[in-house]
Amino acid sequence: MSAFHRDTWVNGLWKQNPGLVQLLGLCPILAVSTTMVNAVSLGLATILVMALANLSVAILRNFIPYEIRIPVFILVIASLVTVVDLLFNAYLHELYLVLGIFIPLIVTNCIVLARIEAFAAKNDPLVSTFDGIAQGVGLLLVLAVLGTLRELIGAGTVFGGIDLIVEGASAIKVLGEGYPGFLIAILPPGAFFALGCLIAAYNWINSRAAARKRATPAPVVPGDAVAEH
Amino acid sequence: MSTEYTAVRTSIRTASILTLFAVLFTAAMALTYRYTKPDIDAAVAEVKRKLIAEVLAPGRYDNALLEDTITVLAPDALGVDEGSLVYRARKNGEPVALIVEARAPDGYGGAIDLVVAVGADGRLTGVRATQYKETPGLGDYIDPRKDPNKASPWIDQFVGRSTQAGSTATWKVRKDGGDFDARAGATISARAVIGATARALAYAEANQARLFDAKTGERLATTGGSAQ
Repeated sequence: MSAFHRDTWVNGLWKQNPGLVQLLGLCPILAVSTTMVNAVSLGLATILVMALANLSVAILRNFIPYEIRIPVFILVIASLVTVVDLLFNAYLHELYLVLGIFIPLIVTNCIVLARIEAFAAKNDPLVSTFDGIAQGVGLLLVLAVLGTLRELIGAGTVFGGIDLIVEGASAIKVLGEGYPGFLIAILPPGAFFALGCLIAAYNWINSRAAARKRATPAPVVPGDAVAEH
Repeated sequence: MSTEYTAVRTSIRTASILTLFAVLFTAAMALTYRYTKPDIDAAVAEVKRKLIAEVLAPGRYDNALLEDTITVLAPDALGVDEGSLVYRARKNGEPVALIVEARAPDGYGGAIDLVVAVGADGRLTGVRATQYKETPGLGDYIDPRKDPNKASPWIDQFVGRSTQAGSTATWKVRKDGGDFDARAGATISARAVIGATARALAYAEANQARLFDAKTGERLATTGGSAQ
């Protein structure tokens, strides 16, 4: 893997994480992260759409006139989301019923358009596909952590709803049978609280790393500076 | 490029390119639709079959239940303005049960969609909530998948119940003087489901012969039969 690919991953997963730094795509992040299974499923659908959208635009980038690039991008995204929506409906039907409106809403997820405009429209197809996957995985990780936290605190379980994907499997009651549940974690305000805590933790880790770097002056490596927020 | 860039030429050029992209991607969607259609239809039918199996044991009927349907317009009794689908289960041509789509308009989070299966003897064989917006973890026990009591889900208390000679006077939660349980803190959800089930049951009982005799696919406008 070249250094460029490494940067793509570092940006997608950490430095420019869509969920924690760019704060793009908040609507699905907050709405679908009630359980880990829901969150990861929507994350996977988003990765698929982002990879395909970046790939298509990168291939077609020399045929898209600058003035109408946004309508063309939206057209590409909407078509690909429709295709993914149909595929979910046909092959993962129960999950499709759970995710409902949120698969079509990937169209309005700003992160998809943002990566096309900022990256795929200027880079070759292979690198662009990698970028789409890296950014998607970054979003997926945030969704997964958020979903796990909210489900654990709200219902005391993990893997709730796994039976929608694996027949016969069931949720694991981590906090025991008698856990009374903590409703607000599952309701929308809980999503804001949990995401706020995640972003705080992210900034804390970054500022600690920055402080450590200041304490021990190391040789300057280009592209290794930690962004301040 | 040697062509002259005038406003008209540029507009026509960009418009044609946009049209081309639209055609290309519409074709991609149309193709996917075509190839996934049979699988989507099968998945939808499978979900229906599973749901119906929960309210009526598959061994109790031998007709093609998913095809043997009629649509009834009885907004007062069933709560669905646009008409409810009624599935008719038969064995050897004899009526076994009616599976009626009903809606409770007065759930805590809005309407609750139900399927109510009424045996030919007037006893309920099962009730399921199919769509609802009751509070997660509080009012959603009306759905056995969300009910914390897996051993005896709340909704199963309907099984075997019937009206008392057409009257549904005791179809209330205990708090209101009836003989149905409700979970503490979420009585409204229970009240809504019990009320809608009672109306659907009374309707199916009063119109049983007509519903079974109607031609498959027929739209019936019926009145009456809604007790309470």
